[in-house]
Amino acid sequence: MSLPVLDVRGLAYAYPGGHQALFGVDLHVHAGERVALLGPNGAGKTTFALHLNGILTPGRGSVTVSGLPVTGDSLLEVRRRVGIVFQDPDDQLFMTTVRDDVAFGPANLGVRGAELDARVAEALRAVGVEDLAGRAPHHLSFGQRRRVAIATVLAMRPEILVLDEPSSNLDPTSRRELADILRSLDVTVLMVTHDLPYAVELCERSVVLSEGTVVADGPTRAVLADAELMARHRLELPVGFSI
Amino acid sequence: MGSGHSAHLHVDGSSLLHRLPPQVKLVGLLSFVLAVVSVPAGSLVALGCLLALAAALLLSTGVAPRHVAARLVVSLPVVVFALALPFVASGPDSALGPLTVSSTGVTAAWTVLAKGLTGILSAVAFAVTTPPTDLVAALQRLRAPALVVLVLSFMVRYLTVVTQELARMRVARESRGFRGRGLRAWPVLAAASGALFVRSYERGERVHLAMLSRGFSGRLPETSPLTARPGEWATALVPAALALTASVAARL
Repeated sequence: MSLPVLDVRGLAYAYPGGHQALFGVDLHVHAGERVALLGPNGAGKTTFALHLNGILTPGRGSVTVSGLPVTGDSLLEVRRRVGIVFQDPDDQLFMTTVRDDVAFGPANLGVRGAELDARVAEALRAVGVEDLAGRAPHHLSFGQRRRVAIATVLAMRPEILVLDEPSSNLDPTSRRELADILRSLDVTVLMVTHDLPYAVELCERSVVLSEGTVVADGPTRAVLADAELMARHRLELPVGFSI
Repeated sequence: MGSGHSAHLHVDGSSLLHRLPPQVKLVGLLSFVLAVVSVPAGSLVALGCLLALAAALLLSTGVAPRHVAARLVVSLPVVVFALALPFVASGPDSALGPLTVSSTGVTAAWTVLAKGLTGILSAVAFAVTTPPTDLVAALQRLRAPALVVLVLSFMVRYLTVVTQELARMRVARESRGFRGRGLRAWPVLAAASGALFVRSYERGERVHLAMLSRGFSGRLPETSPLTARPGEWATALVPAALALTASVAARL
């Protein structure tokens, strides 16, 4: 098999306060895959995601992105390759205009001038919000902000997009529109969520993280059909939803 | 750039001041104010002309007088102070109608009033024609310390977020029957301010993570560098040049 985009081996992490969040996580994601990382609240999903671009440093184990180990020397390149979209767009969109926000990442990579403008336009087009470039982030609807948040990361041309709860707080229409956008993107996706129908809709493969370890890894439908596994790890499909 | 978040000050328009690049305007404003301050006290005619110039600049923005008037309330302390000066200052007395005033005080009052109002009028002319986001960009272009630019830019961006958070907390309190009156409300309001501070602090941490994730290394990248033509610089420096001329002439 080809070199995985994401290669996580034996990742363990304890917060400085002593709380152990991850106990040896193994995960491989290959180019072109869309993988859902499922788990109940407090399973360590977000902690795991913060290791993928070196925000947190593993206590034990390693993270490698397309062959590049996530260490101090390679952080800038790792952060270009791994684009994390945070759950609250107000955390992600910190500049005063949409355009400046989308330009922030590539500009940190040294892109300037016409090339920068082209990157911004391309990223905004990919999520269908070209017309919002001059607006202030807090004047946008929640759905628009989520899309712009994705554009801020796409502008860095990442190899893998890591989305933290992408469907949270979205109305059904925005939710569907976002799913269409994610399907249209030509990028590897790791989607951290507890929205199981969204995982079924978008990801062919699912990994279940519970109490800091991977407890299941397989085709999404097969994983979700294992009622006993699901119940044990506090995962539930919404009432009336069947696969 | 939209005006919503800057609704308190900035007004969209197409006057000359609106069209000048913000960094040029900022330098023009600062140099004008400094030159006005340098005019010697007692140069009544020169100060009067410069005050008229500042008023003309403000009028040229085409912003509704009602909007401007509300912004000028800030000048009240200066006016009150200046009006009091002739009565409290010492020095040779002179008669002003039925009143006796200090003539040194009258000169000082006019100087304070003229210089103060000139500064305030031109600052308001700057504020109504420059959105806060442009002010941030201008400071960055003028090489203001990176930390100042960052703090200012976050203030512009998150003021609305924090205000909305505050409003939601107020609605939540009042929905449970709380009425913020009297001494007994103080502990609740103090706790709410504490909660708001903690929330803002935590948001700050999350924003920092998001910035690091996109390669932030301590300085905001200049993503759309501001440019200005020599003609624009020349235009913006005209008021300062006039004030400097007045200042020099008054000393001759």
